[in-house]
Amino acid sequence: MSPFDPSWDRSSAPQAASFSDAILAAALLAIDPTLTGIWLRAWSGEARERYLKNLLALFPAGTQAKKLPLSITDDRLLGGLDLPATLAAGRPVHTAGLLREAKSHLLHIAMAERLSPQHAGKILAQLDHGAGLTLIALDEGILDEAPPKTLTERLAFTVDALPGMAEPWPDPLVIQIARKNLAAVHTAAHAIDHICALSIALGVHSARAEIFALRAARASAALAGRDAVEPADIEIAARLVLLPRATRLPSAPEAPESQDSPPEPEPDPGEDHRPDQKLDDSVADAKTTPLPPALLAALAAATAPSRKARGGGTPGKSAAPTRGRPAGARPGPLTGAAKLAILETLRAAAPWQPLRARVENQKIAIRQDDFRIKKFRQNPRAIAIFAVDASGSSALNRLSEAKGAIQHLLADCYIRRDQVALIAFRGMSAEMLLPPTHALARAKKTLSSLPGGGPTPLATGIDALRALADAERRAGKLPLLVVLTDGGANVSRDGAQSRPAAAADAMAAARACRAQRFSALVVDTSPRPQKFVRELAAEMGAKYLPLPYADPKLLSRAVQAEGARRDSQH
Amino acid sequence: MFPFTAIVGQDEMLTAIIAAAIEPKLSGVLIFGDRGTGKSTAVRALAALLPEIEAVEHCAFHCDPADPQNLCADCRTRLAAGHLPTTKIRIPVVDLPLGATEDRVVGALNLERALADGSKVFEPGLLARAHRGFLYIDEVNLLEDHIVDLLLDVAASGENVVEREGLSLRHPARFVLIGSGNPEEGELRPQLLDRFGLCVDVKTPTDIATRIEVVRRRDAYDTDPQKFTAQYAAASAALREKILAARAALPAITVSDDILELGAKLCLALGTDGLRGELTLLRAARALAAYEGQNTVTAAHLQKMSAPALRHRLRRDPLDDSLATTRVDRAVAELFAPA
Repeated sequence: MSPFDPSWDRSSAPQAASFSDAILAAALLAIDPTLTGIWLRAWSGEARERYLKNLLALFPAGTQAKKLPLSITDDRLLGGLDLPATLAAGRPVHTAGLLREAKSHLLHIAMAERLSPQHAGKILAQLDHGAGLTLIALDEGILDEAPPKTLTERLAFTVDALPGMAEPWPDPLVIQIARKNLAAVHTAAHAIDHICALSIALGVHSARAEIFALRAARASAALAGRDAVEPADIEIAARLVLLPRATRLPSAPEAPESQDSPPEPEPDPGEDHRPDQKLDDSVADAKTTPLPPALLAALAAATAPSRKARGGGTPGKSAAPTRGRPAGARPGPLTGAAKLAILETLRAAAPWQPLRARVENQKIAIRQDDFRIKKFRQNPRAIAIFAVDASGSSALNRLSEAKGAIQHLLADCYIRRDQVALIAFRGMSAEMLLPPTHALARAKKTLSSLPGGGPTPLATGIDALRALADAERRAGKLPLLVVLTDGGANVSRDGAQSRPAAAADAMAAARACRAQRFSALVVDTSPRPQKFVRELAAEMGAKYLPLPYADPKLLSRAVQAEGARRDSQH
Repeated sequence: MFPFTAIVGQDEMLTAIIAAAIEPKLSGVLIFGDRGTGKSTAVRALAALLPEIEAVEHCAFHCDPADPQNLCADCRTRLAAGHLPTTKIRIPVVDLPLGATEDRVVGALNLERALADGSKVFEPGLLARAHRGFLYIDEVNLLEDHIVDLLLDVAASGENVVEREGLSLRHPARFVLIGSGNPEEGELRPQLLDRFGLCVDVKTPTDIATRIEVVRRRDAYDTDPQKFTAQYAAASAALREKILAARAALPAITVSDDILELGAKLCLALGTDGLRGELTLLRAARALAAYEGQNTVTAAHLQKMSAPALRHRLRRDPLDDSLATTRVDRAVAELFAPA
């Protein structure tokens, strides 16, 4: 019996409309695995576990859920010679690698938001070569954290809201039937036209999304027991595939479909435009300021050795890198991402050969003690994080010049290929204007549209700066903090407008920065150098620089002198 | 394999890839732009369309028997001892995924052999596999520095020199470098930019008819690949002949002094660094002339290839994101208008 038999009782088939989007996405993926996967944005917990369990139940019997941990090593991911087993057995032992093992199974990528583009690259290379993988990217990211776009682009669905406990799931048998009938689903030409029109209206820039939408619409028709794609299927496909990728809201006549469902525009976080509400704020132009471009370089040179002198560890180098340029070998266990230095290992084993008992046919007897691990050296990437005071007083004073100063520093970052990030604080809060990026043109664009106005939450700004610096250091980067303020702190951490409390909070925030030994620079943007800003810099353990007003050469000389002085000390 | 001739639109990208296939000295194409615009598909499709190449049998580097100057050490020994057996292979398209280790790229000591009988045998890496073919790097701007470094060296010298793990050998590694990426997500080192002869911008088409045609063809291909490919067989064969004819004609294509001067003027007006831009522009224009079956380079050829050959060579302010394409177009318009 198939859904196309007249005798088939349609009323017993659950209608697609009765399922929530999360369940629908799971069902369509189970019907057509070429939809590749789901980007599941939900925190770990019972609801997520239940969703994953129900999802698995929709797939054919025998399908397993395999987990890809972040810490997976190349040999385990891609397969190859299993070294420890080979050495123990005295003959080659091969492993298949998780990606091959996961073929026609479900692969859960745990902590996908922490997946590096490099890691993702290896998975995608397999995916693009028809590895037949079905991926569930488990994303627990907060704020701007997200899996690499290269990965999410290749997953048809995005699921944000998990279904409730009592929500009905389709019967696996219905899915099985739909899977069988999928090939017979007919697509009228106008269905493709419709999908493309919607895609353009929503500002989706990928042909992949349109292909996914088409397949999703077909799977939806199969699920509903139809043999042709109907507008209802296209609506489901648009909602599940196109809408999460939308970069703009369609104007009403172009896409009436999206009106039935609550539109959830998710503009690309990197490309969103600042809301219009800020138009009344004054937007100060970035002026060319006389800040010497070598400032940042001088500062980095001055601060790098001083950290060592303070006896702290070297951030960004804490874990022994397992990639980078080769830098010799050391004894150690063959665990994790460690790579065996074969020659060194053989050399270490050589003197003991006459003494060691051998397994039959074994030419060389190698013990665990012989293992030599390759050492690598990787220079940590630097990132300059700017916290810009965009308050009213600052806007009046020197915001435009501060912007110009940042542009100089940005150009310097470009030369040294550092990343930059930009935080602005004004009113009651600090805001990440630009997440860490190499794209300086974007930094410049963001900066020039930065409006000024409102009170000064200096402590909040420094706290945000420290939080980001901390996160970047954890990611193995070397942060450099740059605060630009006129020091007029008048909003405390709890949002109260009180100057003394605000100043005390700012000092406390500065001390917290010093405790973590960040390299820092405080640029005073007030018309005359402020004692408060100087003290703030001292509390932060930062270098203090009044923004040059009259004589840039003076400052330039001062910075160079400072750099030379510190250099000579170390 | 999705047929090359079935790709909709993206003329500039397709022309650039064809030019690189006709003239290997162009050394590569960098493709910037939106995801899902068929960059990888185009490269693979072109490689599949080209005829199989003659290669030395059982050679890890598939050396070219017709080029005894550039054989690997192994093949040279075999040649000295007698005759080199040959076989036909498809033009390789090798992916260099982000996060590939140096071992995998350069090649490494063959573990199995080293442990089994202690012999030093080289296990070829991706560079060896890409010899005489295409090396495709997606997200090239996110490639790690130490991989970029070794890639730069190999791409310039056409040879992979391995000095590691007690191995000391060199093998030919000439490939057409195809990189893709999104400049918004990271800058490319100028040295690496320079290794790509041509640079094209791809955009997702915005007109609905093109978009529909893209999805329709892809869908038709997915539904019945054989039938779809058969529909384009004649066009593919014609294109193959055209490319082969262009390759054969390339050395005989003449460039007049007027054209040389025009190229020099254009590069001067744009302030491109060094001679490389000029050379690339002329090579690209010549490849285009050959492709169009003409025996001399015209101003129109020069004009068409000026953006892909020069747009990534302009000295630029890192903070200025005004499109290089616009600047090239403006210079071209000024220079070519009176002529």
